[in-house]
Order: sequence, then C-alpha cells, then structure tokens
Amino acid sequence: MTTIETPAPQQSGALSSGSRLFTLASRYGTFVAFLALIVVNIAVTPNFLSWQTLNVNLTQVATIVIVATGMTLVIATGGIDLSVGSLMAISGALAPMIFMGQFWPVESMAFAVTLAFLLPVIVASLFGLFNGLLVTRFSIQPIIATLVLFIAGRGIAQVMTNGNLQVFKNEGFQFIAMGRIAGIPAQVVLMVVIVALASAMIRYTVIGRQIIAVGGNEKAARLTGIPVKRVKMLVYMISGALAGLAGLIVVARNSASDANLVGLGMELDAIAAVAVGGTLLTGGRANIIGTLLGAFVIQLVRYTLLANGVPDAAALIVKAGLIVLAVFIQQRADRH
Amino acid sequence: MHALLRPFAIKSSVDLARLGVILALFGLILFGALRYDNFVSPFNILSFLRYNSMFALIALGMAFVIITGGIDLSVGGTAAMASVVAALFSPYHWAAGLVGGMAAGLAVGALNGFFITRMRIQPFIATLATMLAAYGTGLLLANNQSVSVSYDTGFTIIGQDDFLGFPIPAWIALAAYILGWLVLEKLPVGRHVLAIGDGEATAGLMGLKVERTLAAVYLASGTLAGLAGVILASQFGAGQPTEGVGWELFAIASVVVGGTLLTGGSGSVGATLAGALLLAMVFNILNFENGLGWISLSAYWQSVIRGAFLLVVVVLQAKLMTRHRST
Repeated sequence: MTTIETPAPQQSGALSSGSRLFTLASRYGTFVAFLALIVVNIAVTPNFLSWQTLNVNLTQVATIVIVATGMTLVIATGGIDLSVGSLMAISGALAPMIFMGQFWPVESMAFAVTLAFLLPVIVASLFGLFNGLLVTRFSIQPIIATLVLFIAGRGIAQVMTNGNLQVFKNEGFQFIAMGRIAGIPAQVVLMVVIVALASAMIRYTVIGRQIIAVGGNEKAARLTGIPVKRVKMLVYMISGALAGLAGLIVVARNSASDANLVGLGMELDAIAAVAVGGTLLTGGRANIIGTLLGAFVIQLVRYTLLANGVPDAAALIVKAGLIVLAVFIQQRADRH
Repeated sequence: MHALLRPFAIKSSVDLARLGVILALFGLILFGALRYDNFVSPFNILSFLRYNSMFALIALGMAFVIITGGIDLSVGGTAAMASVVAALFSPYHWAAGLVGGMAAGLAVGALNGFFITRMRIQPFIATLATMLAAYGTGLLLANNQSVSVSYDTGFTIIGQDDFLGFPIPAWIALAAYILGWLVLEKLPVGRHVLAIGDGEATAGLMGLKVERTLAAVYLASGTLAGLAGVILASQFGAGQPTEGVGWELFAIASVVVGGTLLTGGSGSVGATLAGALLLAMVFNILNFENGLGWISLSAYWQSVIRGAFLLVVVVLQAKLMTRHRST
C-alpha cells in the first residue's frame, strides 16, 4: 500500500530498538513460535511426545507444504495461485479413473498405476500453464487469472466424476500415502525432497535467481534480459504440478476421491503458510524453509487447540489472527 | 502514454465494455423470452429477483472496494456469520434480527478497515483472514448447526414477502443501488473513492482523507454483506454458518463483468448491477434449458460455465485494454 509518509529524521540509535524488534521477529519469529508451540505441547497436551502424534502431524502437514512450496515460487514472482485446491480435485479425480479402467481397460496394473501417477500431474501442470498464459499473454492480474480455474476447476472435477465418491483399494497407488520408505511415511519423504529441491533451485540456480528478480522488479528484470514471461509460466506450471501431486496424496490417503472436498480451502492454507513463513506477499523473495516452518506452525497451532478440546471453529479464528500478525511483522520489518 | 492522459484513455474502452454488458443482458432476456414459455412469467421473474438480491447487494459493496483498488474476500463469511447473528436475534423483534445481522457485518468491515488502513496489511490478506475469522465466529455462535429463525416476530417477512408486487429483498437491493449510485456519482466522497483507486499517493497529496475513505468503503462492504446475511436467514428460515462459500467470487465476477477494472480508479454502479444480473441470468437460462430436456447439465456444470464465462470476460477486457493502450 502506498501512502505518503514523510520520513521523520531519525537517529540510527533511536530507530533501532523498535524496528530491530520487528526485524528480529520477522527473521526468527516463525522459528521461535515453532519451538514455543512444541514446548507448550509437551507441557499441556497428553501423549504429545509419541510416534502417533508425530505421524499425524507430519502426514497432515505434508500436502500443505508441497502445495505451499509451489505457492512460494509463484508469490516470489509477485503473483498468487488461487487454483491449487481445484487442481488437487482434478488430479485426485483423474487418478482413480485411470487405474479403475474408466478410460480404457487396464491390461497391466503396474502400467496403469504408473500412468495414474504421471497423467494427473501432467494435466495439473498444463492447467498451471494455462494460468501462466493468462497472466503473461493477456496481462490479467494473477488473482483474477487463477480465479477462473478456482471456480471452473472444481466443477471440471465434479463433472468428470459426476460428483460421485470414488472408493478404491490399490496398494501400488496408495503407496504414495500409506507406504513407508526406511520407516518414514512416503509422503513425508516426498515433502522433504520437494522442499530441498525448491530450496536448492532458489539458492543455486540461474532460474531461481530469475524468479526472485522478476518479483523484485519486473521491468528491471526484463531490461537485463531475463525471459520474464517464461519464468512466470514456469512457476505457475510448477505450482500446478505440485498441487496435482498433493491431490494424489490426499485421495490415496483417504482410499477415496471426493471431487467436492479434495483440496477445499487449500489455497488459503498454502498462502497462510507462505505468509507466516516470512516470504513477502509482494514478491521478490522466496523463503522455502520458512514456508515449511510456517506450515508446521499453522498445523501445530491447530493440533494444540484440537487436542486440548478447543473447537475447530475457534482454530479458524486463531489462524486468521496468526496470518494478520505474521504479515504485519513482515511488513514492519521490511520498511526499515 | 502520459500519466495525466491515462484515465481519459482507459475510460472510453471501459465504457465499451459496459455497453457490452448491458447489450448482453438484454440479448439474454430477449433470447429467454422467445425460447421459453414461462421465462417472463411473474413466478420466474419474482423468484429470480428474490434470490439474486443477496448477491446484488454484495456485488455493490465489492464494486466500491474494487474501485479503490482493493478487494474484499470476507463477504461470504460475513454473510454467513450475519445470518447466524440475525437468526439468534430474531426471536426478540424482527428489527433486532435486522440490526443484529447488519451490525455483525459492520464489525467485520471495521476490522478490515483497521487492518488495511492502520496496520497497512494488503486488502487481499486482511480480508482473507477476516473471512476465516467470520466463518469461525459464525460456527461457534451456531454450534456448527443451522439456527432456526423465529416465525412469530415477522422476521421472515424481510426475505419472503412482497411489497407492491415485488419481493422485499429486491426493494432493499434497489434502494441500496440508488444510494450507491448517488454516493459514487453525486457526492464528493464518490470522487474521493475514484481518486484513491487511481492513485492513492496522489489522492493523499491532494489532501483527501485516504484512510477514512478506505475504511468507510470496507465498512459499507461489510454492512451490505451483513444485510445479505439477514436476507439469507429470513428467506431460508435459518441462519446458515456454512453458506456464503464462493459468494465473494460471484461478487468479484459481477464487478469485473460490469466492466470495472480490478486495478481501481473507475467503475460504475449501474454496470455492476448489470453484471450481477447477467451472471444470474446465465444460470436462470441454463435451468430452463435443462427443463426443456435439450441438454442435461448437472448442477456441476454450473461452476464450469461460470468459470468459462469469467474467462471470456476477462480476456475480452484485457484485449480491449491492450488495443486501447496501443492506439
């Protein structure tokens, strides 16, 4: 928001104590909140220190983190992706239809399951490309461009399945949610790999730096020869693909696909994780590890409240407060 | 293009878009009247107006917000919460339900205004958060269920009865739109709203009370959403804490279809009404088409068609804008 402010002449000493607090809070706040939540839970929540609890929290947070990683990249370019929840529903509807033989008869189950992993993610990334095209070719604001699929996407998933619940049992496919790799749930392994890859991409690759540059100052980025449009299309494609993957995990976990419910409200969770994790929502910065922490903080807050008998509705209010507080601290810290 | 010339240049292409909406609306009405027997029947017209007045009210508030360059994602949650509050107050007096629901909307609007003008949080995030909080509050107040309204105090008259042959919600919406038109076109504050959307910094330099105007706009949007919640509770006989999902998108779509630019700085109350009616008319026609048996669209097609419609409109808008920019 641009408002006219006459910066009062300040001595560096006078300025710091307040602003340093915000800077500190923005840099370490999420991590401190994360630690505090763990300490509080150890103290008050019964059976918090158990594998069961860890499992529940990790598996619930995995899909949010995967989607929020894509969202972080989109937001880093100064965009936003409201369509992720709907894309989850589409990919979640598509996968069981493939291995249940609703498109063509299944001859080899292994092949069908492989397709059930690949095709939905490809389709979701193509929808992401569609978002990217609207943003770049037609210069439509990201919030409106992705609003189209936010509205139509869930409808597409519902039309595909006729709104019916698809129930299935398929060990090969459900490995993505039920399976374990070296004792760790497969979806958690996936989450860690995706976070590591995205984090490395931002830090060490040219494309990573280009993403940040586009969000920092688009005009300058274009003038320095960065293919701005291609970079933007790529981030929307990645966001779409990751949403597609998250959709697969959700339906595999439930042994069922409900186009009305898969991914509902996910865009809010993902944006909240990014905001709490310290990525500026105006773009130009991407903190993937922050997003991971942000998602954990939101999940832990919710778990703490629910485990201690606070109704889910109250958890919504707390989440709202958390988002406002996080963004407020970010902006205060950024202004100095 | 020179910055000073920009508003004038954009204006004419926007006018073109607005003209298109009104022509499309008349085209659809003509199409429906010629094709279906009962399309112009009093029953269809009155139930169309009764049901869609809620959305028209929300779209009006959204138009003001978008003209300032902001967005209000909280309206659906606000309407849901307000419907619960109205239902809880309705046993005391019908006016208690009405005032209670509107006050609930006003409270959310005040919170939005505070977050946006005092804490300087982007409207998108601020209203996203209050949307969550409003749904949460509504669910808490309603104990996760719908809350029956009282039928003894006459509260249901607001949503269900007619006045001079027209549904009362339609009269309420009409009054709100006339008031909105007066504010935007005839009062100084309307020009302030437009100026803020055109450039907040400039508006501030011109000595306009930017923060106060912005806060007023979010207050108005919240109150209108509260009013829509009151009508919802009255029409359906219950406060519905889980209703309102996606209403904000319908409102945004109405405003966009009405030719208001999402970047702010221009917009029209009349075209917003035309946009809301146009979107609603598409569904009315689809229902008739289903009834004829020519096509059989499940309810699920509605959101696909709604999305496709929005796509066509925003792409056309973008094309108009670029053509205008290049000439």
